[in-house]
Amino acid sequence: MVGLLDRRLVFVTGKGGVGKTTVAAALALFASEHGRRTLLCEVDAKGDVASFLESGPTSFTAHEALPNLWAMSMDTEASLREYLRLNLRIPVVGRIGPLAKAFDFVATAAPGVREILTVGKLCFEVREKHYDLVVVDAPATGHIVGQLTAPQAINELVKVGLIRSQTDWMLDILSDPHQTALAIVTTPEEMPVNETIELAERVKKETTVELASVIVNRVLPELFGRSEEEVFDRLCQGAATSELGRLVGEDPAPVLAAARLAVTLRRTHAGHLERLRSSIDASVPMLYLPFLFARFHGLRSIRQVARSLGEELGF
Amino acid sequence: MPARRPPARLAPHGSFDGLLASREIIVACGPGGVGKTTTAAAAAAMAAAHGGGKVLVLTVDPARRLADALGLEGIGNTERRVPDAAFASAGIKPRGELYAAMLDTKESWDALIRHHAPDPRTRDEILANPLYRNISGRFVQSHDYIAMERLFEIHAEGIYDLIVVDTPPTRNALDFLDAPERMADFFSSRLLRWLIVPYRSRLVNFASRPFYQVADRILGTQFLADIAEFFILFQTMYDGFVERARSVQRLLADRRTSFIVVSTLETVPLREAEYFAQAISERKLHLGAIVLNKVLPEYLRDPKGAVVAEKLRDGAEEIAGAMAVELDGAEPAQIRRVLAEIGQNYMDYRTVAQSEAEKQAELSTAAETLVSIPYFETDVHDFAGLMRLGAGLWEE
Repeated sequence: MVGLLDRRLVFVTGKGGVGKTTVAAALALFASEHGRRTLLCEVDAKGDVASFLESGPTSFTAHEALPNLWAMSMDTEASLREYLRLNLRIPVVGRIGPLAKAFDFVATAAPGVREILTVGKLCFEVREKHYDLVVVDAPATGHIVGQLTAPQAINELVKVGLIRSQTDWMLDILSDPHQTALAIVTTPEEMPVNETIELAERVKKETTVELASVIVNRVLPELFGRSEEEVFDRLCQGAATSELGRLVGEDPAPVLAAARLAVTLRRTHAGHLERLRSSIDASVPMLYLPFLFARFHGLRSIRQVARSLGEELGF
Repeated sequence: MPARRPPARLAPHGSFDGLLASREIIVACGPGGVGKTTTAAAAAAMAAAHGGGKVLVLTVDPARRLADALGLEGIGNTERRVPDAAFASAGIKPRGELYAAMLDTKESWDALIRHHAPDPRTRDEILANPLYRNISGRFVQSHDYIAMERLFEIHAEGIYDLIVVDTPPTRNALDFLDAPERMADFFSSRLLRWLIVPYRSRLVNFASRPFYQVADRILGTQFLADIAEFFILFQTMYDGFVERARSVQRLLADRRTSFIVVSTLETVPLREAEYFAQAISERKLHLGAIVLNKVLPEYLRDPKGAVVAEKLRDGAEEIAGAMAVELDGAEPAQIRRVLAEIGQNYMDYRTVAQSEAEKQAELSTAAETLVSIPYFETDVHDFAGLMRLGAGLWEE
């Protein structure tokens, strides 16, 4: 399988709350630090990318947030303007009148228009070779299939016209595993794992995009090996606990409880990870990123995640 | 019966069970991945168990998760009673009845068309229109409207004392609130009429309008004709739709309805939750409570705990030596590793717990009621787990 960084267009999706934006930003940062002229595009314009990169607000026009790393946020109306300008050579402002309203109308009337304008812009950047790699902080698991299949859907609805021929080259890019990949981010918890498995199946069945990796975020460290856990269990028994308390001069209960919490969580997570691994096609690599016990977020945490991601990618 | 842990309430002037007892509709919103679906189900289950009456939890999330949490396989578009046996498994005899339903977008749209269509022919034509099939089945935006529409319908039937609605983690946070209005606006828009005019009257010179020139070049004439046909058909249902959409809007703004925002204390979800809370207030809707899920246990912030943890981490060697007799048989090197690990582990978790506590304190002024549900080491996968989670919400 072609490595993630050797593709041209990587969609990063995942269930809400698993750290999808963090991982997308870390992947883009890592790529940019390894010589790839990289574009990071936030599709759900919530401003998370801007806050992670600490480089000011993003807009439809990409700006170089860090050396070699450009950031932009998707704006479907701006994408339509750009499209019209490039394809129809229409000086948009003034001629089409209230474009915003017309756009809103068409987008509501013809489903898939917003999706196609998003995917279209991304594919356009790939085709024009403006960047070596385009990393997409894509919609969450519930929406990504709609996004990736928009060109097909439009293709089925629209039989002739400019759009028809346009969707053809988009489909070429999307279905070429040398160019395009999907990465699903998850955490080792029940619901995210369920959704990841479900999504992997849907992606295989309904889209032409290759699932290139499953990235497991926030993996807890393993505190003990088996024999050490036996020691810990004995520490938790009455006499040993009081002896420990006597030695440190305080009640060790909170510390023991925290360790018990960590062990239990790790064990629960391990079960979900096994289920995930056995349900995902064996040819799809799984990457593991550690939980960050940190007070910080923003660029510092992105750098840390990027380092872990790099190790997992074999750099 | 075991003593119930008092819920961690921070704001003194509201209570969550009071909210559930006094409203007819609770809309749970918030960012994805914070346990919103589970929280909505837990709230409904608690209301049925302790408050009484008929309680329905309606999930509109496209990912089918409520079934997991309720231990029900394949809940469909129609409401189904959660058997008393489920409550019994949690050692509870419910005062009321709990029902659950999931939103099937396609099925709900079809029902709506059947309801509003003026005649069987129009109905069949709409149901067969390729655009309609796309809107109703394939694209997610239509969830927003249909969810609120179905809520309205169920409420109007008057069967349930309380309906708890779980909302989709929408792309644009509060789309679903504006959906009825957008729908009404959409159907009454001049633009819509403008678009379908040429198809009604071939006398209008189609090619003379720049909008059509552009649209035609991009989309092709056939597609435009499909759109137009679709909307000509839809126009026949216009009045019914708009009236309905306005009613839905009124119901959401009514005092019988209250909104709760569910979040965790992680940075990104929290920022989104604050946005939700603000947007709800700005729309003059009732923000009943903020529910914080997966809150780390308080013992992680115990100052004495930190003292012990640091001693264990930094003095592991010495303490291990002293513990060797008590832990007869264990190697001192092994004991040392265990002590150092659990010390470090406590400090790690403490960092996270402290940062969360700070954020929680900041939130305490944002809503009338702020409740927190503790972090459970294991997932909620059965009804007893759901009730355990619900206990964090409830106060009697």
